[in-house]
Amino acid sequence: MSIFEYNGSAVVAMVGKNCFAIASDRRLGVQLQTVATDFQRVFKIHDRLYIGLSGLATDAQTLYQRLVFRHKLYQLREERDMKPQTFASLVSALLYEKRFGPYFCQPVIAGLGDNDEPFICTMDCLGAKELAKDFVVSGTASESLYGACESMYKPSMEPEELFETISQALLASVDRDCLSGWGGYVLLVTPTEVQERVLKGRMD
Amino acid sequence: MECVLGVVGRDFAVVAADTSAVQSILVHKTDEDKVLVLDSHKLMGASGEPGDRVQFTEFIQKNLHLYQFRNNIPLSTAATANFTRGELATALRKNPYSVNILLAGFDSDVGASMYYIDYIATFHKIEKGAFGYGSYFCLSLMDKLYRPDMSVEEAVDLVDKCIKEIRLRLVVAPQNFIIKIVDKDGAREYARRAYTSNSPSDAATVTA
Repeated sequence: MSIFEYNGSAVVAMVGKNCFAIASDRRLGVQLQTVATDFQRVFKIHDRLYIGLSGLATDAQTLYQRLVFRHKLYQLREERDMKPQTFASLVSALLYEKRFGPYFCQPVIAGLGDNDEPFICTMDCLGAKELAKDFVVSGTASESLYGACESMYKPSMEPEELFETISQALLASVDRDCLSGWGGYVLLVTPTEVQERVLKGRMD
Repeated sequence: MECVLGVVGRDFAVVAADTSAVQSILVHKTDEDKVLVLDSHKLMGASGEPGDRVQFTEFIQKNLHLYQFRNNIPLSTAATANFTRGELATALRKNPYSVNILLAGFDSDVGASMYYIDYIATFHKIEKGAFGYGSYFCLSLMDKLYRPDMSVEEAVDLVDKCIKEIRLRLVVAPQNFIIKIVDKDGAREYARRAYTSNSPSDAATVTA
């Protein structure tokens, strides 16, 4: 079995009208065994920037700790938060540093940039950035997620509709993947507020 | 095959482990203690490569004591768990330890807590968990019978049911177990469970 499929994961981010949503599943497994059903994969970097890390859970946790460290240093030096594009470049650089012994993670980065412009991107475990205007996916359920998002996505959705769309896409996709699921966690970020919601899907 | 399991109850946590030390087909000893008392209010149940298990858990224990000597205050359970995870993660790509850990502790401000730390440094706070082949039998039993506010008797009863299942259904199952508890009064041994056969000639018994 591939090292990327050891723990099981599903992460997706979508762009709406002056808002974005990032969602993940909640299963932590060890191959076929489920260890926990409340595992966190989406982390906050600052109020308007979030990163979801799919793949090997231990590397996701290590990478998150390193990124928070780097961002805190940045905040001390620059006296401001990092822009999403800058952060994406930082993640890419950190991953490529380990080119011949990589972190087994695929990050999904979502943030609000200048003028409340939503920004999303994903990259592979070596830091190859993939910018998108509509949605990005990663994890063991990524193929299902591509299909679900492609069919359900519409541009310029309002926050409520975006939440509904991303939730349905996530739940439909993880239901077809045995390694991810056990509910969902959705974060909806607009310029004025952040909404966190836990979804109850098929609990298997 | 080594089994470690644990549950968190109302203001206490219970960690149980088998007590067999096995190498290939030989059982070296049947009273090996795999649940280390880290300090006054912490337990670390560990399973895995025997050398790594003892070396790594004692390393964590000594560092914990060092912190307390230097700072005159004990490290919290969460901090201990994160420190343990950090050590495993740092060693992972150099010289990995093959040890799976269930760390349970009691803090006066947060109560009882338990942390699951994999041999590849996967870290998660849990209420119930198990490692080893025994986990395939225990986890579903725990899912069915566990409740968040269990009393000590109920929790130990759940652990006993898990032990019974392991003894019955696991091929080459470990027969003897040790159960330790940590609550506001500290971390200590609660009981041992030994398999006593009906034959009177069986000399290798430890009273349960």
